[in-house]
Amino acid sequence: MTSTASAGATPAASADDVVVAVRDVHYAAGGRPIFAGLDLEVRRGRITAIMGPSGTGKTTLLRLITAQAAPASGQVTVFGKDLAGFGRRETYALRRRMGMLFQNGALLTDMDVFENVAFPVREHTDLPEPLVRLLVLTKLQAVGLRGAASLMPGELSGGMARRVALARAIVMDPEVLLYDEPFVGLDPISLGFILRLIKHMNQALGITSIVVSHDVQELATIADDSYLISEGKVAAAGTPAQLRASDSAAVRQFMTGSAEGPVPFHYPAPDYATQLLEADER
Amino acid sequence: MNPRRPDAYLLSGLQRLGSVTIFLVQLLIQCVPALARPHLLVMQIYNAGARSLIIIMLSGLFVGMVLGLQGYDLLRRFGSEEALGVAAALGLLRELAPVITALLFAGRAGTALASEIGLMRATDQLTAMEIMAVNPMRYVAAPRFLGGVIAMPLLTAIFSLIGLYGAQLVGVQMMGVDRGVFWSQMQGSVGLHDVNEGLVKSLVFGIACSLIAVHEGYHAEPTAEGVGLATTRTVVAASVITLLLDYVITAAFL
Repeated sequence: MTSTASAGATPAASADDVVVAVRDVHYAAGGRPIFAGLDLEVRRGRITAIMGPSGTGKTTLLRLITAQAAPASGQVTVFGKDLAGFGRRETYALRRRMGMLFQNGALLTDMDVFENVAFPVREHTDLPEPLVRLLVLTKLQAVGLRGAASLMPGELSGGMARRVALARAIVMDPEVLLYDEPFVGLDPISLGFILRLIKHMNQALGITSIVVSHDVQELATIADDSYLISEGKVAAAGTPAQLRASDSAAVRQFMTGSAEGPVPFHYPAPDYATQLLEADER
Repeated sequence: MNPRRPDAYLLSGLQRLGSVTIFLVQLLIQCVPALARPHLLVMQIYNAGARSLIIIMLSGLFVGMVLGLQGYDLLRRFGSEEALGVAAALGLLRELAPVITALLFAGRAGTALASEIGLMRATDQLTAMEIMAVNPMRYVAAPRFLGGVIAMPLLTAIFSLIGLYGAQLVGVQMMGVDRGVFWSQMQGSVGLHDVNEGLVKSLVFGIACSLIAVHEGYHAEPTAEGVGLATTRTVVAASVITLLLDYVITAAFL
């Protein structure tokens, strides 16, 4: 796959404007190369979509940005600070400015919805109980689940669990919100709600959002900037409209979801007919 | 599958030992701040201790009753049935109560700990804590470890008590050993040294079993198979280590 639009497809950003910068990052997991010279940046107050086929390392990118993993080479900068050599204290200080929505919600199963949302507040502040309650109920109201405050995570549907996780992610008013596949397995109502919520939090609270997903259509409606990752690099960057208008067959294949194109749908295998006949002979 | 060479087994064993040792040091560092959250600790003592009570009490009763039967039969051959109280007390306090409690603890509380923490890992709960800048070693691992370490001596004491009642039930009520002799010989011959041996054993077993369970759960592969494997390893490793440490401590006390 060749690069069609460079990361500079969006207007040049000033250094203060860039919240996350990934420069020439190489990373391998279990001997398999994931990134080979990845370059991208996320600008303040914008919704940045990271797209790509399954297994391209989108979630790994979130792990690098949150300092859960370190690149083999290259640089990951968040809030202007290079994450290389960060100790636990610095890493935690960085993470307190971030929120993350996990694909499965990752709610703590031994406490109810209210306590899950209150968890970061109780751990990081000494706020009096009435204030904690106010804060938690406000966030639960924002995701439409104030009435579910006393339910346990096991009693929630997948969509509800993700909304509670979103309330928990925003309860400390983070500057950056990371979404890991937020649209997977949601019913249309929850999906529309999550989409509006991401947009609303970005516009009303000025939260910088990084959305990792392969749901092209959904992302196109909210993203300001988009990156398409493939084969360890940024294959294309720009606004969703720019990506759709790309002259690269591979980018167009991904954006339209076609099985035909330069990106093979089938995993490499011997000839189909030969293999079937071999099985017959045995 | 290629058969593994003996040196590969040795290397992986040493690697494991190193990993558990580093984990123990990290755990001990986090135990001090974990004490500042007493509600978490109380919850874990309840989970590891109170929830194991029925199995410990039932086992204690039957082990004591068997000890009464076997002890009576053995001592009668030498014409010294009166020593049943001493034999049962020494057997229980110094050996059976700490060892069987630890084995039962590994099977009941240890597996629960390993699978709970392993599932927390598999469902990203530990990662979510990390992202929320909360150290899961402090919040999840340390209270569970401490809970197990505190619960084990308490469970061992209860096991001994019920076991002695079981031995008395069989020896005195069923076999007709004199009640006064049974208790007075026990009082006269069992010293603080014997109680201490049991106490030291239960503390060491508590540390070993809880450490293994928490370590296995914490480092479980985040899959259904990985959590299952961690649970199995907990029982196997905790049981073997308990018996090995039992020999070492017994030898040290003699």
